[in-house]
Order: sequence, then structure tokens, then C-alpha cells
Amino acid sequence: MDVLGKYSYWVAIIVMMIGFYVVIDRGNLLKKLVGLNIFQTAVFMLYISSGKVAGGTAPILYDGDAPFSNPLPHVLILTAIVVGVATLALGLALVVRIKEAYGTVEEDEIQAIENREEDAA
Amino acid sequence: MISANMAALQVAVPLIGAPLCTLIGRGTRAWLFATLVTWFAFAMSIGLLVEVMQNGAFSYYMGNWPAPWGIEYRVDHLSAFVLLFITGIASVVMLFAYNSVENEIAADKHRLFYTAYLLTLAGLLGMAITGDAFNAFVFMEISSLSGYVLISLGRDRRALFASYQYLVLGTIGATFFVIGIGLLYMATGTLNLADLATRLPRLGENFVVFAGFVFLMVGLSLKVALFPLHLWLPNAYTYAPSMVSALLAASATKVGVYLFLRFLFDVFGIRFIIDTWPLAEIFMALAIIAAVMGSLVAITQINVKRLLAYSSIAQIGYIVLGISFVNLTGLTGAVVHLFNHALMKGVMFLAIGSVLMRVGGTRFVHIRGLGKRMPMTMAAFVIAGLSMIGVPGTVGFVSKWYLVLAAIERGLWPVAIIVMATSLMAVVYVWRVVEAAYFAEPEANHEIAEAPWPMVTATWILAIACILFGLTTDLTIGVAQSAAVMLLGGGQ
Amino acid sequence: MREHLILRLVSKFLIPFIILFGLYVQFHGDFGPGGGFQAGVIIAAGCILYGLVYGLEALRQAIPQSIVITLVALGLTIYAGTGFVTMMLGGKYLDYQWLAHDPAHGHHYGILIVELGVGITVAATMLAIYYGFAGRGEPTDS
Repeated sequence: MDVLGKYSYWVAIIVMMIGFYVVIDRGNLLKKLVGLNIFQTAVFMLYISSGKVAGGTAPILYDGDAPFSNPLPHVLILTAIVVGVATLALGLALVVRIKEAYGTVEEDEIQAIENREEDAA
Repeated sequence: MISANMAALQVAVPLIGAPLCTLIGRGTRAWLFATLVTWFAFAMSIGLLVEVMQNGAFSYYMGNWPAPWGIEYRVDHLSAFVLLFITGIASVVMLFAYNSVENEIAADKHRLFYTAYLLTLAGLLGMAITGDAFNAFVFMEISSLSGYVLISLGRDRRALFASYQYLVLGTIGATFFVIGIGLLYMATGTLNLADLATRLPRLGENFVVFAGFVFLMVGLSLKVALFPLHLWLPNAYTYAPSMVSALLAASATKVGVYLFLRFLFDVFGIRFIIDTWPLAEIFMALAIIAAVMGSLVAITQINVKRLLAYSSIAQIGYIVLGISFVNLTGLTGAVVHLFNHALMKGVMFLAIGSVLMRVGGTRFVHIRGLGKRMPMTMAAFVIAGLSMIGVPGTVGFVSKWYLVLAAIERGLWPVAIIVMATSLMAVVYVWRVVEAAYFAEPEANHEIAEAPWPMVTATWILAIACILFGLTTDLTIGVAQSAAVMLLGGGQ
Repeated sequence: MREHLILRLVSKFLIPFIILFGLYVQFHGDFGPGGGFQAGVIIAAGCILYGLVYGLEALRQAIPQSIVITLVALGLTIYAGTGFVTMMLGGKYLDYQWLAHDPAHGHHYGILIVELGVGITVAATMLAIYYGFAGRGEPTDS
């Protein structure tokens, strides 16, 4: 099995796991969003690398024949990037509001506050 | 123009309605506009269902680009049924929304609230109608992102944190989904669901396809809140504004189940499910745990809204259980339970929304003695509660009947007994509400009036539907059976 | 940033070109690489650079905050509205060939209009996000 020849997939998998680990491990809500974005970016790399044709160029009209890369993954990922930006913006907006409401962006502190309220009620 | 383009209008009208709502809407106008758009979408979905029942499934090609190059909208019994109940519930919820949103959301946010609502609706409808895998992802994210906004607008500050948690988990789910689609695309070179279905069997045993399948299933399980990926759901439903809880509980997870069915049976096919792995057994085990745990945890709650949220997790368990039987009766039960559960959870969340408006809270202490103060609202809640238990004559009975029948058909007696045992747990948690509402003295002596008439009307429309579709099952079971036949036949 | 003379001068010099480049990417998008997404972001980047260097208040005077939300909605309306126009002309949703007698011209117009909608929405959304976050810390009038 050709392990090194598929290095683009290995890069995508490693970046994906780094992002996923940050999402799970960090208690800081901002850092979680950073991890989430890294996680999504890895998927973009996975898609784009799948569209690459060796020696291929951009699929724009020109004279003569030449192999060109598959443009569809790029288009799909353009959409996915926009979704990612929207998710990040919304996530950050929520973090700002959480900071204003709770005075902290640490998950365990927020949960402690919520538990105290739950007991008081 | 309308009859030829119903499939496009179904999604396009709510989609263009969203920016128009921002442009023209101020206060009441925003509500009126959003309501009219929702009712129009309801009319479209009725038209689509009639069309499908008369002439069978049909496709609509966006921009007149034929599939598999362009985006195809595919309307068959299953998608028409899902579209019908989403728009139907949304139409009733909008009636409820006027007073409820007035009470819970600041006036200057109304037009943006209704804009986000219309985007959620457009996303959900798009997921149910599209025949293109990546398009389904885009619509899923449209509905999820605007859904996070709607949840975060709850009065309690905990709504913010609930929305954030849902955002993180929901995005992970959607990203898993898109990885799965990407792997399938790498293996087959197509994104069209029907095209995928014809190309996948030719590949035989292919690791890329297997990996894609697993990513898709995990992503969708997160979206439908199947145990053990349900952790985002209780807080999101508890702290969201009343109207949003009702809408999302009735539709968001259901559309997830729809995609689940679509991929499992239509794209991968029934042989793939049975032959490859013990998939049906895995889903059955998870579904049983979901039904039992959800019901048990629901019993221990002190907040009625959270109780309903855990009960939703149990009901998702029933639906997946029906799917996991992989036979006609089980699938019919699962599909019809999508609709039935949407109805009864709709009633319960609307009723508890009325309580929140009049009393100011949704804990058990708040509903004490409300049977006398808000008789109409609580009576509707009791009807839905009976339906949740599965009393004959209500919709809950119909779907449980099919589930138990399917279990017996497969010779799985213990499963049938577990379904009945969880119904007994439903008796316990519904009884707790009934006891507090009818047999406890109210804490304070201040006067509590019945909810305003639009809210009572909305709650009762759904409550009457609960009984109506429990007595006459021709429409629901008929359509669900056609859908199940299609799902079981499609993959062979 | 008010005291950084070089920054102020260089950005004053650059911003018109950034926006011009954005317009080029927008309207040349159907012949070469480009389109509404990229153009919208480039134009918004020019505006945000102005806001960063000259202050949020100056940007608010140039592009009022209330207009931004309207523009977001307007761009999306242009996009979705094009679909409705093609349906009224007898075609399918977003079937551009009905926009002109010659189908090729129809596709040309269609993609221009739709990308214009995308460009407006993306630029306005970027600005709305910037306003939303940058304006958060300061005391508001209300």
C-alpha cells in the first residue's frame, strides 16, 4: 500500500484530529471555536486534494488540450467555507453574549454558575 | 406558473420571504408576512402530496439542468409527507407565535426573529425535498445556523450557553456529514442521490464507501439526537423561546430522520444494511437505550420543558427502533411516528409555552393548580399526554401498535415488552404533570387567566389532530405505507 | 491609529484601488476567475481597512449601520428574485436562458445579476459582522 503517495490525506487526517482534540479538550469557549475551525479546514483540504489531477491546470478556456483539475470540489468547498465563516461568526457572537451574561468564557465556570442557580431555584 | 413549479416554490418562497421580512417587516407586519409565507408553503406541500398520490414520484430540475449535473428536487411519498407535516405544524405554530413572541422577544428584534424563523423553515423544507447530497448539507446548515440564533433568543441567559453547545456539536455533526459525502463523491464521482444509488452497488466492497457511510451515519445521528449523541438537545429545547421549542421538536430532528432513511435505504440500499455489518442490531440497541433512558430521565425532571425534551429523546428512540426492524410494518410505524410525535410534542410545547407566558415559569411548582386556572390549555396537554402514553383513539396508539406488531413479526418479544414498559414510564411522567395541574393547590393566590385565544386555538388544532389522526388512519398510514414500500423496494 | 501618518496616507491611497479591484473581480467573474463571493470580501476588506485606520465612527458616517442590514437582505432578494423572474417568464427556477431571446445571452445576464446579488450580500454581511463585533465594546447612545 502506497502510504507516502497519499500524504495529502494524511495531512488532512492529522489536522482534523488536532482540531477535534482542541474542541474536546479545551474549556475555553473561544479556543473551542478555533479548534472547530481547524477541524472544518481539514475537511476543505480533503475535498480540494481529491479534485487535483497530476499536471492539471485551472479549467479555463484556452487553446489546445491539457488535463485540468476537477473544479467541482472547489465550488463545493467555496460553499462550505462560507458556511464555516457563518458558523464562526455566530459562534463568536454567542461567546460575546455569554461573556456579557456570565462574566466568563470558561466552560467549567459557566457550568458552576448554572449549577448554583439550579440549586438555589 | 405555480402548478408547474410547486417543488421549487416550496423552498424558494420561504427563502425569499426571509430577506423580504427584514426589508418590510416592523412588529406585527413581520409576523403577518411570515405567517402568510408559512401558509403558502403549507398549501404548496398539500399540492405536492396530492400530485404524488395521483401521479407518483416526480423530479424538478433547478435551472433546467438535468440530473445528475444539476440540482434535482425529488418529491415522492416520503418527502411529500415530511414536507406536509413540517409546514402544517409551522402554520399552527405561527398562529401561536403572535402573542408568545410578543411576550418573550424584545420588540426591536421581531423582524430579525421572523427572518431567522423563515430561514429555518426554508432549510428544513430544502433538506426534505432535495435529491442532491451536497445541497442537503447546505440546507442543513441554513436551518441549523438560523436555529442556533432562534434558540439563543430565549429569555434565560442559559439559552446562550445551550445555543453555543448546540452550535459546536451541530457543526461537528454537519462536518461529519460533509466528510461522508466527500468520500462518497471520491468513490463514485456523483452527488445526486439517485445516481449514487445506482453507482454504489457496482463498487462492491470498497473501504472509501464504508468510511463515507460511517461518517454520514454518525453525523446524522448527532443531528437527530440519537443516544448517545443527544447531549445538545435537553438544554436547547428547555431554554429556547416557546415557539422555537415547539417548532424544532416537531420538525428539526424529524428531517434528520428523513435524511437518515433516505441514505440508509435509498442510497446504500437494504442489502448493504443487512449484509455488511450488524447495523440493524446496533441501531436497535441504541434505540432501546434511548427509549428507556430518555423515559427514565424524563421522570426525574423538575422542569416540565426539560421533561418534554428527554421524552423527545425517547421518542427518537422509538422512531429509530422502527427503522431498525427493516420490515414493512416497522418502517411504516417509524414514518407515521415522525408525524404523530410532531403532533403530540407540538401540543405539549405549545401548552407549556402558554403556561410560561401566564405564570412565568415552566417548573412543576409553576403548574400547580393550573387545571382550574387554564382549563383549555391543560386539557389539551392531557390529550397529548394520553397520546404519548399510547391510549387507543390517539395518534400515539397507532404508531406504538405498529412498532409492537413489527417486533412480534420479527419474533422479538423482549423488544415488544420493552416498548410497552416505556409506555408505562410515559404514564408516570405524564401523571406527574396531571397531578400537579389538577390535584395540587396553587402556591400563590394571584389570578392567572387562560392564555389568549390564538394560543389556545393553536394548541387545540394540534390536540384535535392528535385524536382525529388516531381515529382515521387512512391518510397517515396510507402515505407512510407507500413510503415504506418505496424504501424497502428502492435498494434491491 | 490616528497618529500613524504613514498608515493613514498609504491606506487612503490603497482603498480606492482595493474597491476598484473588487469591482473588477465582480464584473469580470463570468470571463475569468472571480465572482460575487471574492468581490464582496475584497470590497468589504477595503471598507474595514478604512474603519480600522480612521476609526469606527468615520466608517459609520460613510456607510450607515442601518443600511448594511438592508443591503444583506437586498442582495439575497436579488438572487432569489431572479429565480422568480425566470419562473414568471415560463422557465424553471433560476433557468437563466429565459432572461433573453438568445439562451447564451440569457445565461450571461443571469449569472451577472445573481453574482451581483451575492456580491452585495457578502460585502454587507462582512461589514455587519465587523460592526457587530467592533461596536460592541463602546458605550452606545441608547
